[in-house]
Amino acid sequence: MANASKKELLYVRTEMVPQQPPPAGEVGIRKWIWENLLSSMSKFSTVGETISSILMMFLTLFVIWAIYMVVSILYHFALGDAIFTGTDGSFCRPVDNQGKIPLGQNIGACWPFITHRIGQFMNGFYPEAERWRVYLTYILAAALIIPAAMPDAPGKTINSILLFGVFPFVATVLLSGGHMDISASSYTFWAVVFGVLLAVLAVFQIVTKIEGLFMKGAKILAIAAIAIFAILFVLGFDFGLAYIETSKWGGLMLTLVIGLVGIVVSLPLGIILALARRSHMPAVRLVATIFIEVFRGVPLITVLFMSSVMLPLFFPEGVSFDKLIRALIVVALFSSAYMAEVVRGGLQAIPKGQYEGAQALGLSFWQTNNLITMPQALKMVIPGIVNTFIGLFKDTSLVSIIGLFDFLGILDSALQDTKWLAPTNQMTGYLFLAIVYWIFTFSMSRYSMYTENRLHTGHKR
Amino acid sequence: MTAISNEPSGKVSFWYDPRVRSIASQVLLVIFLAWGSYEIVNNTIANMQRLNIASGFDFLSTEAGFAMAQTLIHFDEKSSYFRAFEAGLVNTIYVSVIGIFLATILGFIMGVARLSKNWLIAKVATVYVEVLRNIPLLLQIIVWYKILLHILPGKRDHASALFGLLDVNVTGIWVPRFIASDGFWMTEVAFLVAIGLAWWIARWAKQRQYETGQPFPAFWTGLGLVIGLPLLVFLVTGSPGIIDHPVFITEGPIFKRGFQQGAGFNFSPEFLALLFALTLYTGTFIAEIVRAGILSVSHGQTEAAGALGLRRGKILRFVVIPQAMRVIIPPLTSQYLNLTKNSSLAMAIGYMDIVGTGGIVLNQSGQAVEVIVMIMAVYLTLSLLTSAFMNWYNAKMSLVER
Repeated sequence: MANASKKELLYVRTEMVPQQPPPAGEVGIRKWIWENLLSSMSKFSTVGETISSILMMFLTLFVIWAIYMVVSILYHFALGDAIFTGTDGSFCRPVDNQGKIPLGQNIGACWPFITHRIGQFMNGFYPEAERWRVYLTYILAAALIIPAAMPDAPGKTINSILLFGVFPFVATVLLSGGHMDISASSYTFWAVVFGVLLAVLAVFQIVTKIEGLFMKGAKILAIAAIAIFAILFVLGFDFGLAYIETSKWGGLMLTLVIGLVGIVVSLPLGIILALARRSHMPAVRLVATIFIEVFRGVPLITVLFMSSVMLPLFFPEGVSFDKLIRALIVVALFSSAYMAEVVRGGLQAIPKGQYEGAQALGLSFWQTNNLITMPQALKMVIPGIVNTFIGLFKDTSLVSIIGLFDFLGILDSALQDTKWLAPTNQMTGYLFLAIVYWIFTFSMSRYSMYTENRLHTGHKR
Repeated sequence: MTAISNEPSGKVSFWYDPRVRSIASQVLLVIFLAWGSYEIVNNTIANMQRLNIASGFDFLSTEAGFAMAQTLIHFDEKSSYFRAFEAGLVNTIYVSVIGIFLATILGFIMGVARLSKNWLIAKVATVYVEVLRNIPLLLQIIVWYKILLHILPGKRDHASALFGLLDVNVTGIWVPRFIASDGFWMTEVAFLVAIGLAWWIARWAKQRQYETGQPFPAFWTGLGLVIGLPLLVFLVTGSPGIIDHPVFITEGPIFKRGFQQGAGFNFSPEFLALLFALTLYTGTFIAEIVRAGILSVSHGQTEAAGALGLRRGKILRFVVIPQAMRVIIPPLTSQYLNLTKNSSLAMAIGYMDIVGTGGIVLNQSGQAVEVIVMIMAVYLTLSLLTSAFMNWYNAKMSLVER
């Protein structure tokens, strides 16, 4: 029976069909091309789909053409027709017997113009023998910033104290040479200030009879006094470093100095402003709101103008800051207004229950702020903070307009060098600047995305 | 003594009273600020007296003594400093409005392109955003300016594009200009009437659609009205106006050759470079905002709309875009404001915006405080107006929850 049926059903296979490879269109590069390029332009079942498919084809062709144009122009300029070696401008200036550039001769980037004076692009007019100080500052900055940016690195508190409290002064001394003219009267002034504060505290203790007030306040005052006298001492001490005036600072180093000062000042100041703007005290709130809105409402360039022409008028005769310090002050104030709004956004996102819970536990305003709300708020707005830093870093280029030789400004002074006159110097310089700026800002924005992803794991689908 | 200490509402030391604390700190702050401003004002007055700078805004009526090409309103050497500010302000608004318009279009295209299923287009949009967003705007403005100066033909030479509609050389792009003559006011009135009608039709169509479900092509009708009615009136009233073509002089002494000033309309290379840079730079930020806005509309909304039988175009128009706009508009407005503020970088390439003219006035008159205060006041007003608009729009668009 079984035999007979087997004979009858000859068309039924008795063995398994061997496994076939998937259709060519379903794997590898063909599937990828189909899914990512062609599928959007090969739907023709309705009139609308046909039109959009045809449009997509034209668009794709246009995009391919545009990519080709941009890439070929950039390639020819930066690599193909570029000149890589030379000791002066004549290498980038093909000169024939008539002393003219031959027609039809394409000249690309003049890279020796950059490499020859790379030290100037990096450090401005900082004396070459002293540039190790700049590099040492870079190393210190990296050693403090990298662990601060790593979420899992230990010792966050000591790290931020070093970064925000100690590093600025060490860097000032290293870069400028220290040994500042700090008169004995400034020591006396601060001594008097602390003496008066201590006396006020003592009077308060006697009047209010709060237990431990004097000891607590005295402790804070002592720490502040030690810090201030230490700063005065460090700034005034002669470490044997040559004095380099700020007009010699320049290039990428100046850009980084302005950017870092802006970052270091704007974060704490922005936090204070954000708290003030959310304060229940009308005067405090009003002052903070006006400050923030004014600085956010005007362009940085007008504020920089203010620093260069108005600020000197604000101080009594004889008191003068140098140009860099004035620019630093306004850049820091400007970015702290933006930072304040970012931090305020974070504070507003904290649920009310957090405040109420902290109150129910009997925490004071500062305890609530330091232990409960601010850490959560800051964590939430890390991407916003980094974005403000990116904006600040890009905005440092504006100081070249008021005559500082930052990374953008130093190019103008380099272009004045008659020994290096060549037609493509300018564009080479701009390309170089754009690449360097881009590397810095792009890595910062990647970092911001990384933290964003790290913090949002809970909400992502 | 014990009785007092057992009172639950017992008097605490005044130092612990939050009201006392708050008033004390505010008084301290106010005293500190008052002292600071007193010092600043005092020093400023003393310094200005020492430097022989007169204070006050009287200098605004003095003759400026410098001329500017590139102003939309008339300005010459005999105009006052105040007129210079006006000309600068008009130039700022001019480049900002066009820049905002173009950046919005570019940003929306690039934002949608980043979400395209077409890999090539999505990647190109991503590269555009990531490259241009991360390069300082000032650098971009300068580079565009140098590129324009490099590729445009020289002053005694020119090139035509778009069938002779555009004429270009290093002095910029020259286009024909329309000069209205008597009787053009009727066309203007017709234009206003058409806008009113279009708005009324749009309202009526919306009302009817809510009541009966019948759609009405209000957009196309309105567009036809706004273009058609003024055109009709213009032709009926006998075409009051002439087209003023740019004139290129090829004969005569060589220094007189080139485009004739005052004929045709000119976009200067400074303006164009600034416009390119502002548009491309702000476009990257708008693209990111648009992308985030579209992604913020949950996929369930699209699916539900599809389940209701809406086609793709209608899903976008009635479901996705209205919800995305709610997320897009607030940051978009702040980008518009940024573009306006960033247009102040024009002074690096010599476009005469308000900061540029203000800089010249400052150098000539020495009235640093007044000039800077005026410039800041202009920008502050613009930004306050923008934020007022934003608050109004947010209130209008915010979700009405039961």
